[in-house]
Amino acid sequence: MEQNSSIDTTLYPILEQVSDPEIPVLSILDMGVVRKAIIENNTAFIEITPTYSGCPAMDVIADDITAALKHAGFKSKVKLILAPAWTTDWITARGRKALEDYGIAAPLDAEADKAVLLGNKQLVKCTNCGSNNTHLVSQFGSTACKALFKCNDCQEPFDYFKCLK
Amino acid sequence: MNTNLYNYILGLADNSLILGQRLGELCGHGPTLETDIALTNIALDLLGQTRSYYQYASSLKGEEYTEDDIAFLRTEREYVNCLLVEQPNTDFAYTIARQFLFDSYHLLVLTELQKSTDLTISAIAKKSIKEVNYHYRFSSDWLKRLGDGTEISKEKMQEAINSLWTYTNELFLPTEAELAISESGVGVNPEVLKAKYYDMVQNVLEESCLETPESKWFQKGGKQGIHSEHMGYLLSDMQYMQRAYPNMKW
Repeated sequence: MEQNSSIDTTLYPILEQVSDPEIPVLSILDMGVVRKAIIENNTAFIEITPTYSGCPAMDVIADDITAALKHAGFKSKVKLILAPAWTTDWITARGRKALEDYGIAAPLDAEADKAVLLGNKQLVKCTNCGSNNTHLVSQFGSTACKALFKCNDCQEPFDYFKCLK
Repeated sequence: MNTNLYNYILGLADNSLILGQRLGELCGHGPTLETDIALTNIALDLLGQTRSYYQYASSLKGEEYTEDDIAFLRTEREYVNCLLVEQPNTDFAYTIARQFLFDSYHLLVLTELQKSTDLTISAIAKKSIKEVNYHYRFSSDWLKRLGDGTEISKEKMQEAINSLWTYTNELFLPTEAELAISESGVGVNPEVLKAKYYDMVQNVLEESCLETPESKWFQKGGKQGIHSEHMGYLLSDMQYMQRAYPNMKW
């Protein structure tokens, strides 16, 4: 987890408590939206990056970070940065597992993602029964980062976290 | 302040804002639940991109002129979006045709802007192009489905393409700001994208079993602030709250 090298070890457990309001099981660290967290003169400087440009969760996440740090006794400054652009590769292994357990299929690699979203291949596993016999219902789902799938075996609909590179 | 840079950013942002507003009108009114969600998701991406541009523009202007002021408090003549994006959601074929004609252009512009010497613009472009790839996939997919669908869907899709075609050429008529800014390597002169655009669009139209319109008569004016009749209605909707309750906040 190379990205964590720019995250101060004191701040790590505090930031770990902050989650994405739209996917509450996933901490913002596992989501990969925290790009930097350092302490200077007793003030915590945090840099976060949006998953999608219009992600309405970013303002809430920034507020939640400020509140969590205040609670832990830190003054803080949260800055939104755009470059480098967020990619689903930054979701950690633990994050991917949390997504799956929550009922959201984790992103495939870019090639496989394209194939499933074009309806050419069945590669997305149903989060309910584990079957690969699934189909795309809509390229856009309940939030900007997800597509909607349905399982042909158990008939359950589920979200798929789209690969973003 | 660098006026050309400021105006150039507004050009990029206004296209996304106005198209985002048009798509937002479909919230709860899409033809099916899935397309409703898709179109409003696209609107959300476009509005997010708009915010990034306006925040940058606002930082150039200073004097506490905020992103909201830029979005909500200009008059019609001060918006410099192209005519294409302000055209109404006549029916689903028009919505898809407008989206496809704009997405194709948007992709080409963002591809170039990723190389911008201005770090903020290249960052916004690198972020946005990932989203616009999805938009393009959605609109070109529907174009093919409807064009290569039933007799009626084909007829409606062709009519929408024919009708909106007249707004495509304006995309490639450079404004003063576009000319100035492309020379410095910050932006792109749209003229250089024109041949590629029409090739790209024609290929997808062929795949969709649709004819490429032959009309050589084109509308222009939006990029200079001279808009079609539809723009005033759109703005009155969009600006209502800020006009009725100046400086209101959520």
